[in-house]
This record gives sequence, C-alpha cells and structure tokens, in this order.
Amino acid sequence: MEATDNMHAQDHGHHHHKESFISKYVFSMDHKMISKQFLITAIVMGIVAVMLSIFFRLQLGWPGEKFQILNAFLGDKWAPDGILDRNAYLAMVTIHGTIMVFFVLTGGLSGTFANLLIPLQIGARDMASGFLNMLSYWFFAVSSVIMLASLFVEGGAASGGWTIYPPLSALPQAMPGSGMGMTLWLISMVLFVASSLLGGLNYVVTIINLRTKGMKMTRLPLTVWALFVTAILGILSFPVLVSAVVLLLMDRSMGTAFYLSDIYIQGEALDVTGGSPLLYQHLFWFLGHPEVYIVLLPALGISSEVISTNSRKPIFGYKAMIGSILAIGFLSFIVWGHHMYITGMNPFLGSVFVFTTLLIAIPSAVKAFNYITTLWQGNVRFTPAMLFSVGLVSTFVTGGLTGIILADSALDVNVHDTYFVVAHFHIVMGMSAIFGMLAGVYHWFPKMYGRMLNTKLGYAHFWLTLVCGFGVFFPMHFVGMAGAPRRYYSFSEFEFLDWVMDLNPYISIFAIVGGAAQILFLVNFFHSIFYGQKASQNPWQSNTLEWTTPVQHIHGNWPGALPEVHRWAYDYSNPEHEEDFVPQVVPLKPGEHAH
Amino acid sequence: MSGQSEHVTKDELWGGNRSPFSVSYGKMMMWFFLVSDALTFSGLLTAYGVIRHGSSDLWPVGEQVFEALPGLHGSYPLMYVALMTFILIISSVTMVLAVEAGHRMDKKGVVKWLGYTIIGGFIFLGSQAWEWSHFIHGSGGGFQINQPMTVAAADDAGNTYQITLDNGSWVHMTSDFGHKYEHAMEAAKEPVSHDAHGGHGEHATAETHEDISTMVPEEIILNKYTLEHKDGKDLRKLVVKGDDAKKIWASMQTGSMTFGASIWANNEYAIQQQYANFFFFVTGFHGFHVFTGVLINLIVWLMAVKGVFEARGHYEMIEKIGLYWHFVDLVWVFVFTFFYLI
Repeated sequence: MEATDNMHAQDHGHHHHKESFISKYVFSMDHKMISKQFLITAIVMGIVAVMLSIFFRLQLGWPGEKFQILNAFLGDKWAPDGILDRNAYLAMVTIHGTIMVFFVLTGGLSGTFANLLIPLQIGARDMASGFLNMLSYWFFAVSSVIMLASLFVEGGAASGGWTIYPPLSALPQAMPGSGMGMTLWLISMVLFVASSLLGGLNYVVTIINLRTKGMKMTRLPLTVWALFVTAILGILSFPVLVSAVVLLLMDRSMGTAFYLSDIYIQGEALDVTGGSPLLYQHLFWFLGHPEVYIVLLPALGISSEVISTNSRKPIFGYKAMIGSILAIGFLSFIVWGHHMYITGMNPFLGSVFVFTTLLIAIPSAVKAFNYITTLWQGNVRFTPAMLFSVGLVSTFVTGGLTGIILADSALDVNVHDTYFVVAHFHIVMGMSAIFGMLAGVYHWFPKMYGRMLNTKLGYAHFWLTLVCGFGVFFPMHFVGMAGAPRRYYSFSEFEFLDWVMDLNPYISIFAIVGGAAQILFLVNFFHSIFYGQKASQNPWQSNTLEWTTPVQHIHGNWPGALPEVHRWAYDYSNPEHEEDFVPQVVPLKPGEHAH
Repeated sequence: MSGQSEHVTKDELWGGNRSPFSVSYGKMMMWFFLVSDALTFSGLLTAYGVIRHGSSDLWPVGEQVFEALPGLHGSYPLMYVALMTFILIISSVTMVLAVEAGHRMDKKGVVKWLGYTIIGGFIFLGSQAWEWSHFIHGSGGGFQINQPMTVAAADDAGNTYQITLDNGSWVHMTSDFGHKYEHAMEAAKEPVSHDAHGGHGEHATAETHEDISTMVPEEIILNKYTLEHKDGKDLRKLVVKGDDAKKIWASMQTGSMTFGASIWANNEYAIQQQYANFFFFVTGFHGFHVFTGVLINLIVWLMAVKGVFEARGHYEMIEKIGLYWHFVDLVWVFVFTFFYLI
C-alpha cells in the first residue's frame, strides 16, 4: 500500500508538460486552482445575496415607498412602481438565506480554505483525488447556476424560507414560489450535497493519509483540525438532508404524502393522509444544526491560526482547542430539537435538548477564552486579517450570549421566529463566519495570488463592516423582543410594534452602507490580483508549511522532496530561538523538546 | 495488510508519511462514503418508523401482504422475499470469492466470481420487479362498509368469533373472486378495449364477463393484511361466509372498492397511503443502489476481462466495489427487517 502512495506522490512531482487553458483554469485538478475557483464563485454568490438583502431591507425600512432602483433591477412584475412585490420579498428572503448559508459559508468557506490549506499545511502534493476534487467544484458551480437561475423562472424563486418547510415547499400550488422555483431549489441542493460529499471525502482522507513525515495529528495547525472535523460533520449530516429532500421531491412530483396530512387548499381537502410535516423538520434540522458548525468551525480554525501568528504567541491551550472542536462537532448532532421548541414537542424532550444545547457553551467558551488568552500580552500585529479575527471573537461572544437565551425552551418560546433569532444567528454564525472567511482571504491572499492586498483599504473595509454589521443586527434584538416576527413583508398593520419599527430605517441604512463597504473589498481583491505588491516568501513570518512553497504556484507544491516536520505549528516567541518564529521544518536544537 | 508483522508504535503510525490504517486513499474514501450513505438510509428508515408509529390506523403485516409465489396459488408467507434475500447474500459470498481471487492475482477467478455476483444482482433486481408488480396488482381487492354491524367470522382453526365492524371498516375479497370482479368491472367500464390490457392477449377478447350487478362473493375476509388484537389473541384473516358475507357485500360504500397498491390514494393493503409510499420509496431507493452496484460491477468486470488490473499489478478495485456491494446487502437486511418482518 505504501508503494502506491509513493507512486502517487511521484506522479505529482513530475508534471512538467505544458497545460492548456482549459486544463489549467477550467477543469483543473490542482487544489490551489480549485480553491481559487471556489472563492471566486462564492464571491459572485455573495454579491447576489447581499444585493437581495438590500432589496428587501429597502422594503422593511420604508414599507410602501417607491424606489426606482428596485424597478430597474426587478422589473414591473416584481417591483411595480418601485415597490417590492410581496412574493418577490419572500423569494428574496429565502434565496438570501440559502445562498449565504450554503453557497458562501459552506461551499465557499470550506471549499476555498480546505482546498488551499489542507495539502499545503500538511505537506502533501495535492488532494488524495484530484479528479473527485475537480468534480466537487463543478457540482458546486452547476448547483450555483441552478440556484441563480431559479430567480428568473415564472412564479419566482423558492419562497418558503431557507428551511423550506412543507407544506409550502411540498405543494406546487401553495404559493407562486412553490412551483418551478422550488423544484430548482431542490435540484440545486441535491447537486450541492454531491459537491460537499465529494469534497468532504477528499479532505478527510487527505488529512488522514497524506500528512508529511513528522506531521503528527498533534502538530497539525488548528485550521486543518477545524476543516477535518467540518468535513466529517458534512459527511454525517448532509446525507440526512438528502433523505429529507428526496422525500420532498417525491411529495412534489410523484403524489406521495410523506410530509402531508389533512391539507386544505382554498377550502378543498387534498386527498392525502398520514404524512407529517414535523418529520421534515426533524430530518432537516438533523442536518441543519451541524450545518451551523460546518459554517462556523472553519472560521474559528482560520482565526486560531491568524490570531496566534499575529500575536506572536503560541495558541493558548492547543489541545483544549482540538478537544473543543471535537466536542462541538459531537454535540452538534444531539441538539437539533432546539429549533423546534414550539412544534408541540414533549416538554421533557425539550428539556433534554435544552441541556445538550447548553453543553455547547462549554467548548465554545473554551475557544473564546483561549483566543483572549492568546492575545493577552501578545506582540500584536494589526494586519487586516488580524482585525477580522479579533472581530470574529467579538461577534462570537456577542452572538453566543443570546444563544444561551434561545437554548432555553422556556425563554425561547417567547422570541421564537422573531427578529431576536435573526439577530442571534446573523451575529454568531453570519458575521463570525464571514469575518473568519475574510480573515482567511486577507491572510492567505499572498499564498493564493502571489501578491499582497492593500492594507489601508483592508482597514477601512474592516471598520465599516464591523460597525455596519453591529448596526444592522444589534437593534434587531429589540425589534425581536418587542415581538416582531421574522420574514414578514410589512409591520404597518401591527400597532403594538409601531414604537419599535422606528428602528427599521436605521437598520436598513446600516445594511446599505455595509453592503456598499464590500465594494472596497472587491476593488482591493480584483485589483491586487493583477497589480498588488509582490508577496515575499513568508509575509506574516508564519510557522506553517504553506509558506515554504514557492510564491509562484507549481504542481506538487514543493519543487524537491516533501518537507519534514519537526515541531508543532505554534513555536512563536520560543525563548530558545533568536527569531520570534520557528517554522515547522526547522529541526530541533540539541536538547530542545519537541512539542 | 501487506503482511508486515513488525511492531509499529502509535507515534510512527500517526506520525505522517504513511496511512495510519495502512489503507489506500481510495478504499478509505469508500468507507467514508458508506458511512455517509448509511446515514441516508437511516434517515429514510427513521422516517418510516416515525410515520408508522404515529399512525392511528392498523398497519399491514409483511407476512400477510407478501405471501405469493410466481405461478402458484396458495399462501407462502415471505417465501419469495426470502429467496430474493438469499440470492443477494449469495452474491455477496461470490463477491468475497472474487476479492480473494484478486489477492491471488487470479484473473480467471476474478472474472468468474464477479460474473456470478453480477448475475445475482440482476436476479435480485428482476425479482424486485416481480414483487413490485404483484404488490401493485394486488390480490383480491377490498372495500369499506357503510354501516356498523356484527358478523360471525372463523379463523384457520375453525374457532368462531363475533366481530363488530365499525362504519367505514375495511374488508377484503378472496383473490379468486376479487380478480374476477375486477375484470368484470373493467369490462363494464370499457367494453371494447380489451386489447389494451396487454397481459390478457387474444383470449381476453373472447372472454365473457359476468354482470357485476349480480356478482356476490361467497367469502369475505377480515384482517387480510392486518392484525387485530382481541382478548389477548392476534386475530388474522378471519373468514366470513354465507348470509353475513352477503350482508357485508350489500353494505359496500360506493366508490370504496380498491385493488392493489398505489402511492396516491387508498390501498388495498392499508387505509393509509403511507404504507405504499414508504414501501415503494425505500425498496426503490435500495433497488437503485443495487442497480448502480450491478452497473459498476459490470464495468469493473469488463476491465478485469481486458486485463487492466493485471497490468496495474493489483486487484484493489475489486475490494472497493466489494465494500459497496456488501454494504448494499447489509442495507437490504435492514430494509427487509423493517418492511417484511416487523
């Protein structure tokens, strides 16, 4: 067996033939190129999702007011006279959530950084299977295109919310978006799962099998640990979403009734019996909760690396960090019921879910404290990546605190499905994961493109994003506590909410400014790809292996033999060495203890 | 794996530059894929359990629904599916032999045993098609009654019970009478178009059907597919004869007569459509797995015939598809248990 591995490695080492444009940029099997493909696709999807959110924030901030820009973008059908149509509003909320959760923060985040960092940080020539890796991207790309295409079908995109609960999703006649739009949503999601499965298998197997000599599991950078557990979560949870989605497809197209029972449409009883819409919710959230950590863990892993490097200190509690990643991964599978407290579940069962959910606070707190203790008395370098990582710690703590409230069924029932929940998950999962992703882009841009991003633009981007992010989501806590339900088109009918609705225009202004601030990032990103300052070999003076590869990418990553690893990834400010960083490839001094 | 017996420390195993499990990446990917696929099936079977136990109606019993053998009359509970299962398991045995032949680099052996495995897979798929068509066709049909009544019914051993039927209760006909009645009904509906019923051939046009308005069954069966618990006893297949049968027949709810299984409406087998919904979907999903398995086996068989693996120097591919094949077998054991035994 070892013989095959070696053959495999040599295979990669001797690729010297010229590549065509197609095999280099389109159907590439090189993990670095695939990583860039994932990132660019995710950026495109992210732009769409942000624009959708600005469209519906215009309606929420100034309900009924005419905005010619809406009409210009959406046409007379979806925004007659510049007022967003009700059904278009629901479609936008749904697709915004779907794209952000799945395409940007799952496919985009894991796809980009697992592909880039796993082989480079463990010292491998490439992923275990370059072919499956390529397929993984192309499934993702096709699935993205289908999801975008669903915005343009008659009846509009899926409109039942990103969780697509039946019966809205199961009956094509339920609402305009339940027709073709919903079908495309489901097809897109099946392809997405295929992409995620192919990617995940590759990531896990590569980490297990292809670590270079000396790269023990306890010497892996925490990014790799986080991506490893993320991939396992994906392998275990997405298949259950497949079960849920294929049953739903049957209900829609074949006339089964897995999720339907006693349904009336306009007073007519449908001829279906015995199904259960709650069954869907259970299956969905069995994926849905681990999905939260599929989104969050890579961001936390990236931040561990960035914070340690830029504090010039070893990460505090390396093994505790690994333990907490594993604990979070395990617990994420036994907490899904907390999304369903108001479905009439047995209160005893509810309290079991309260208990398991609150347990997650322990490993999460371990991580938060370890970040702070890593920063403590560090020689902090405020690179843009560092700012975003510290920003992540801030949003993780802020959003985590409201998580404790929502974990408790007795408290949750009061704010379930209100803006309080919207605020909670946007801060703890949305902002944190986006900050982690941006930190990753700022930190590894030199590795991806061989050039540096502009630091000043990076600062401006960070502060605007941070301020606007909190500006959008912090007031939502109050809107939610006042009782405003999420996903409503307009609140003008509810007098009891009038006093708190004054906040909505401000939220929308922050959303628009925050969205516009991303233009800074886009300009910086695309400009720097071509005109950025040339990157040096190891611009952040980091220990990990990726900085020992040539700045100009080559197939197989290292020109000669694979590097050998002698120490862990966090030898910063080691008093036994003169430099404040000791790369993993530096052999131990006589008498020095390996970590 | 490669026969090394030297002691390897844990540090060396996990210290990089080797697979800690001494397993190639392809095989490990297959293992992880199977874990993932197992969760898909778990999701489906859990869904089945949730719906079944949440159901307030009687749920059909496997051994009473599936008791036919092709070409034979009479009751052979689960015989057919047992045969199918046996064939599938034997195909796993032949797969093991193919893998073993691969280890010996015995091309002839691989081609032979993998060939048998493929044949076994095809037989299973064909059997499943017959099982489905039998299930869809039904045996005898059933209907609901439109008033409560008490009738005398006898079990196999000849014990008689007074059974009270509620309004809307389901009762069934014998398969002989039911089939005749079904044909007569269809003939009454579309008198000229016999040719459309593919299976009947020429004699169908010559067949004369009874007038459905004068047809009366001699026997009516209660609990044909379900169990009823009474006084600590499981009552199954109670036969009602004579005047009581006529009384039941006379109180048939208009339009409630149903033959066979359908995913849409009421079934002969159950009041709910869920039984057929899940049966078709889960066995179908499993059948799809068998189908892809057969397809992959076929491709690999062709590669083996062409000598691809001989040139490669190892038959590891057989091991990988073997893992998949055994997994599909194992899943069948669960599907079989859930849908036929419990």
